[in-house]
Amino acid sequence: MSLLIKGGRVIDPSQGLDEVLDVLVERGVIKELGKGLSAPAGVEVVDASGKCVVPGLIDMHVHLRDPGLEYKEDIITGTRAAAAGGFTSVCCMPNTKPVIDNKAIASYIINKAKSEGFCNVFPVGSITYGMNGERMSEMGELKEAGCVAVSDDGKPVVSSELMRRSLEYARGMGIMVISHAEDLSLVGEGAMNEGFTSTEIGLKGIPRVAEDIATARDVMLAEYTGSPIHIAHVSTKDSVRIIREAKARGVKVTCETAPHYFTLTDDAVRGYNTNAKMNPPLREADDVAAIKAGLKDGTIDCIATDHAPHHLDEKDIEFNEAMNGIIGLETSLPLSLALVEEGVLSLKQLVEKMSCNPSKILSIARGSLKAGSVADITLFDPAVEWTVDAEKLSSKSKNSPFIGWKVKGKAVATIVAGKLVKA
Amino acid sequence: MEFRHKDIIALRDLTKEEIELLISTAENMREINSRDIKKVPTLRGKTIINLFYEASTRTRTSFEIAGKRLSADTVNITTSSSSSTKGETLADTALNLLAMKPDIIVMRHAVSGSHYFLSKKMPNCSIINAGDGTHEHPSQGLLDMLTMKDRFGRLDGLKVAIVGDITHSRVARSNIQGLTKMGSQIFVAGPPTMVPPGVEKLGNVTSCATMKEAIQDADVVMMLRIQQERQGKTLMPNTREYSRYFGLNPVNLKFAKPDAMVMHPGPINRGVEMSSAVVDGDQSHILKQVENGVAVRMAMLYHVCGGELE
Repeated sequence: MSLLIKGGRVIDPSQGLDEVLDVLVERGVIKELGKGLSAPAGVEVVDASGKCVVPGLIDMHVHLRDPGLEYKEDIITGTRAAAAGGFTSVCCMPNTKPVIDNKAIASYIINKAKSEGFCNVFPVGSITYGMNGERMSEMGELKEAGCVAVSDDGKPVVSSELMRRSLEYARGMGIMVISHAEDLSLVGEGAMNEGFTSTEIGLKGIPRVAEDIATARDVMLAEYTGSPIHIAHVSTKDSVRIIREAKARGVKVTCETAPHYFTLTDDAVRGYNTNAKMNPPLREADDVAAIKAGLKDGTIDCIATDHAPHHLDEKDIEFNEAMNGIIGLETSLPLSLALVEEGVLSLKQLVEKMSCNPSKILSIARGSLKAGSVADITLFDPAVEWTVDAEKLSSKSKNSPFIGWKVKGKAVATIVAGKLVKA
Repeated sequence: MEFRHKDIIALRDLTKEEIELLISTAENMREINSRDIKKVPTLRGKTIINLFYEASTRTRTSFEIAGKRLSADTVNITTSSSSSTKGETLADTALNLLAMKPDIIVMRHAVSGSHYFLSKKMPNCSIINAGDGTHEHPSQGLLDMLTMKDRFGRLDGLKVAIVGDITHSRVARSNIQGLTKMGSQIFVAGPPTMVPPGVEKLGNVTSCATMKEAIQDADVVMMLRIQQERQGKTLMPNTREYSRYFGLNPVNLKFAKPDAMVMHPGPINRGVEMSSAVVDGDQSHILKQVENGVAVRMAMLYHVCGGELE
């Protein structure tokens, strides 16, 4: 639990740091940052020269599939994938079987992660009981059990009245509401983004306005009720605009996007590639540009993966029948670092969006390397080039459109509470 | 010229020369169909499975006759369940059929792109698309082009109007892909609820605001079948109003060229997309399309089996 990380480039936006420093960790806590620190007796030394040393990365949107859907992923494999990708914390969504709508399920997840997992797991409880969109779950008790937010992720809360009341009630309990913004009547039987590609390959489209209308509704409900809201997986240019305008008005709205939304367009679906099928669907070039602009100007606060493991049998089928979602924990860092390479983000902004901001939004006491903080630290090499190989992924599922991609940048060490979980 | 494709899934995947080859082979095949004994030994010993996950009379019968006239052994499988939630998955069905060593599978399936999926699972068997979801229906596109060529002797420079539910029409997509390659001009019209985004980028396509605009001076007026089950849903109020604005009748047919040909892929909703007077009128080539369907499908079966045009 004690380590000396020597000679790395320490980037910690929480204290405005970007310089070559040593980091001393003692008994799982950050003891000291400084130049030329020497290792106390018995303390392991990690050479970080040429590497970036940042507050442990937090992925605030993953599906661990445990309990109930362990054939896709479980807490052990999911957190192993997280650690491999440089994440020290993940927030897992409640669409498990049973749903995380009560204290017992939340506790099961937290306890299993503590005893068998490779990183911190902060569950997200459901907004509604059973995620059925009918009545609120016990948000107070969910928070007490350790949930950091509530969401019916995977589906929207259709009733505007129930969403309004949930925002109000959650505010009272001090727990964040994460909105899955989607107007189901506009989505219908759609299987991919509605646009020229869907026209040409003859798949039913999901119009971008299906997301935008729901984003606008939830932002307006947050504004009306004075409650904070976080919009999950933003994928369209107009949703970015709606959130940007709301922020300018002072609405307490934050949001995230996922690496695939700034890396791919719906062209990736050509050939009926089910590993490019997710919800919201991959959009078009102008959306990708708007997502990047939103990341750059701070409209989009976080990069989260929406890591959604599915079994091969659920993907190696006809397109319309295939499940939505892709895995992302092990490719998020290099795909996000590509934005730094491209000049969209600075490294400081990247660390904010992948660590500091998620910790702030969800009030998770992480995202900082200040002395006295829990020693969750990620070391990554921004220059190393590697090829994404399905065989080498830690996740139980391999449903990624990035298999075979040559990428740049990789986590080289993941440290959770001073313990090296991946090296 | 040799036809180098294992499968025929979409006219989008074929070159102009390959489409010309299929059409000219079909022209030659017609001679067989006019004989007293309508059978040649070309595909003797070949096994063709017609695997239909959607109801079809015309297309399935046409493919079956095409196979039989070339002396292939044809087997028909018609199943209503195309969902992996009930019954066997398409992949498992494919593997089981593959174990019986067919040479060609002719499939109709409700999911766009499922033929590409099937083809990957069956590297040694040819796949012919008899219609996939709202993607393509290449045999229909080819037989339509053959019928137009019969009438005008060419496809280049023809003005073809396609009217109806373009969004959900695999017939429209195959015609647009094929006709664009052959140098025709395509004009589409339908209520905006039935015209997909980016339709003009599909090929040499102009999207028209009204039916009149689309059929003005057209050489060919192709009417699409309106799915009755869409009535009363969100795409149109009812077939009565649809037929008033997008139905072909002897009055609006006059906007087309005097010798324009009228086509329809069938089955027809008489009185909805076309009045009976037009269906049965002098300008109708609808039954000619059906007749050409057999020859075109013979050509497709012949070429995926490696046949060469003499």
